[in-house]
Formats: sequence, C-alpha cells, structure tokens
Amino acid sequence: MFPIQLSNIRFTPDGRTVLTGVDLDIDAEGITVIIGPNGAGKTVLLRIMAGLQTPHDGAINWNGDDNPATGIAMVFQHPVLLRSSVFHNAGLGLKPFGLSRAEAKRRTLQTLERVGLAHRAEDSARLLSGGERQRLALARAWAMRPQLLLLDEPTAALDPSATDVVEGIVREIRTDGTRIVMTTHNLGQAMRISDDIVFLANGRVIERAPTSRFFARPQSNEAKLFIQGELPWRISFDN
Amino acid sequence: MLNTLLEAFSLLSRLDSQVVAIVWLSFKVALATVTLATLIGLPFGALVAVASFPGRGAVTVFLNAMMGLPSVVVGVIVYLILSRSGPFGDMGLLYSPTAMVMAQTVLVVPLIAALTRQIVEDAWRTYATEFRSMHFSLRHSVAALLYDCRYSLVVAVLAGAGRSLSEVGAVMIVGGNIEGYTRVMTTAIALETAKGDLPLSLALGMVLLTLVLLLNTGAYHLRLWAMRKYG
Ligand SMILES: Nc1ncnc2c1ncn2[C@@H]1O[C@H](COP(=O)(O)OP(=O)(O)OP(=O)(O)O)[C@@H](O)[C@H]1O
Ligand SMILES: [Mg+2]
Repeated sequence: MFPIQLSNIRFTPDGRTVLTGVDLDIDAEGITVIIGPNGAGKTVLLRIMAGLQTPHDGAINWNGDDNPATGIAMVFQHPVLLRSSVFHNAGLGLKPFGLSRAEAKRRTLQTLERVGLAHRAEDSARLLSGGERQRLALARAWAMRPQLLLLDEPTAALDPSATDVVEGIVREIRTDGTRIVMTTHNLGQAMRISDDIVFLANGRVIERAPTSRFFARPQSNEAKLFIQGELPWRISFDN
Repeated sequence: MLNTLLEAFSLLSRLDSQVVAIVWLSFKVALATVTLATLIGLPFGALVAVASFPGRGAVTVFLNAMMGLPSVVVGVIVYLILSRSGPFGDMGLLYSPTAMVMAQTVLVVPLIAALTRQIVEDAWRTYATEFRSMHFSLRHSVAALLYDCRYSLVVAVLAGAGRSLSEVGAVMIVGGNIEGYTRVMTTAIALETAKGDLPLSLALGMVLLTLVLLLNTGAYHLRLWAMRKYG
C-alpha cells in the first residue's frame, strides 16, 4: 500500500475552494500529524485518504493497490457507537473479515485489554465517558489491524490525563506496525507524538518537515504565524 | 344492558369453551402472521432503507401507501387467488386458517416493512460513514442496523400484531367465520352482534382490548428499559 501518493488533490464543493492541489507522500512508517487552521481541509484530506471522499480532481495512489480498503481504518472526531455492549462495538470492524467467532472474540478482548477497557466489556457503549468512548473507537479500529490508521482529532474533547492515555495508545498502535496519520489542534500533542508535520493552509500543503525542525525552524511565514498564534509564549523565531 | 355485561363476564370467568376456542384461534393466526410478516418485512424494510437502487423512492411511497391498505381489498384479492377457479384453487385453502394467515401476512408485511424502513433509515444516516470506513457490505450494514434498532423495531412488530388481531375484513372474506374452524374474535364480534349474541361479542371485545393494551404496555416498558440501559 505504501508509499501512498496524493497528487494535485483538489476539493471544491459547490465551487468553493477547500483544497487546491495537495501533493503528499505517505511512506510506510511513523506518525504524521496534519495541522492547520479550522476549515483548512484536514478532515477532508483524511477522508480522501480513507477512500471515503472522492476529490474533484487529482489522484491518489496506494502504490498500485486499487482498493486497499481493508488495510485502512479511520476514527472520526465524533465516533458513533452502536446501542450495545462495549465488546460488541469493539469487534464491529471485524465483521467483514470473516474470522471465526472464537478468533474474533479473542482479538476483540485482546484489543480491549490493550486500551484498558476489558473490565467494561459488558457495559453499554453509549454510557461511556468521552475518554472511554475514544478509547473504544481506537480499539474498534485497532482490532482491524490496519496498515494505515487515520485519526481525526482523537483528543479534541478530552482532559489532559485522558489525552495522555490516548496518546499512549496511539504510540502503541504505531509500535505494532501501523502507519498513523492524524490531525490535532493540540500543538503540544503534535510535538510529543509525531515524527513529521504536515502544515495545511490556504488549500495546500505549505510545509512538510520532521517535527523537531518544523517547530524549531518553520520555513514559511504562514507556519510561523500559526505556531505563534497557537503557542503565543514563543514570541518570535529568528530568521 | 347490565344483563349483557354480567353474561359476558360469566362467559369469561367460566372459560366458556366457545370463547376459548375463538380466542385461541385468533392468537394462533396472529402469531403465525406476525412471525411470517416479521421475517419478510424487517429485512425488506431495512434493505429499502440502506440500498440505493432505481425506483427506491417509488418503493418507499408504495410501502407507505400500503400501510393503509383496506383489509377487505386484500381479502378479495386473496379470495380470488385461492378460490376454486383461481391460480391456487387446487390447494383447497379457501375458508381455512391458512388462508387467513396468508391474507393477513399480505396486510401486515407492508406495515412492518414501512415502519422498519423509517426506523432503519434514521439510524443509517448516523452510521453510514462509520460503516463505510469499516468496509461493511450491504448485508453487514443491514444486520448491524437491525440489531442497533432492535428495541424500536419491537414496536413495529407489535403494530403488526395489533393490526392482525383487530382486522376483520380480510379474515372474514377468506376465512368465512366458520364456527369451530375459522371463527376469530373480530369476525365473531362482527357477526354475533348482528345476530343478537351480545354477551359473546362483548366478552370477546374485552379480551381483544385487553390483549392490545397488554401488547402496548409491554412495548412501552421495553423501550423505557432499553433507553436506560443503552442510552
Ligand atoms: N462533503 C462536503 N461537502 C461540502 N463541503 C465540505 C464537505 N466536507 C467538508 N466541506 C468543507 O470543507 C471545508 C474544510 O472542512 P474540514 O472539515 O476538512 O476542515 P478541518 O481542517 O478539518 O477543520 P477543523 O479544524 O475545524 O476540524 C469546510 O469549509 C467544510 O465546510
Ligand atoms: Mg476537522
């Protein structure tokens, strides 16, 4: 599936320009974080990579795989859970895999264990807290053992300690060999967790760089202003 | 008037054999009808909700219209099909409980299917992207949605049971209200009232009303329970 190559992706709903020519290569390893202002098209870009949204122009190539479908999982910003148990929800993504009941159950429980929800397996998913819901959504995706996992603001509504837990899980999923591309508005999180940063603004990828370099020496004016806006205590950058 | 009422109570309290036979047959016909109609109507309604195919809108309108289908019309159509000269005349099913179940199934399937379509379509709007991201086929989506909506769907099935129990026209035409064989609560009430057997009609009417109330009470409590349990 890798490298995934997006070339000249345009997304212009109702003639409004959201993405104008995005080029992006995703290789086989690591965690890439996409950052950018509200409405920059981060969610749209993830959906395009997941094959859930067709761009109006441009191409996406999964290294020759026409349909890498089952290798990709996505966790939405507001995951929807079925009105049933935590266990049932966690195993939902395995339905199309045609695993034996025993194997599906084993995998589901194992994954729940790893996100720390095994003891809640029989509880109703809809009654979980925000942090627990997010962990369940991660478990549901992780159980599918995807090659590529797309996460849309996985900690948007979580407090620092729940955020910490989710970041730990994301790292573990990466260590398991899954490629991760995620978005966040939490730049501290981006610094902590990512290997590289994609900075999206004005419909394009303005900058793509290893994380430490991006935050120490952003190349573009847009990125400097964005980081200053989000992290105002970093008053200025030396040119 | 008071006498009629007392006699009706007396029929019920001593479990009059005629009353019991009629109630029992009504129950069996309704159960068979609802089972069949559920097996057909639930998957069909869910499929219409989820699948995209040409004519989907027309099917939806048709189902909704069929919900209000006059039962006598269904009765006449099934009568024509089952009568001696009809395509299935050789099977000799006319004026039998089987014929009654067939006619009522035709009546109840659209009701259950239309309600199912509505319920499942609402849920589908919430889950569609999520299911697509999990690479669900149509079959997986339908199965997951039916499961997710199970408590609301019970209400659809009970609506079907209510219609089956309280419908007169179709069972009258294809069943014929034959005493001890095809006489059910509604046909007995319709005919015995006219013949002057008011206590029997009243007794059966009370049973019918109680059954329908019980069904609805059950549905109400099931939904309350499910809402508390699953949020
Ligand atoms: N299916 C769609 N049809 C029309 N417009 C869309 C569609 N999806 C997204 N958009 C528009 O594209 C723009 C970018 O949306 P997107 O959700 O990708 O932004 P974002 O970068 O994720 O923002 P945020 O940080 O607020 O989550 C928005 O203006 C949105 O209204
Ligand atoms: Mg977004």
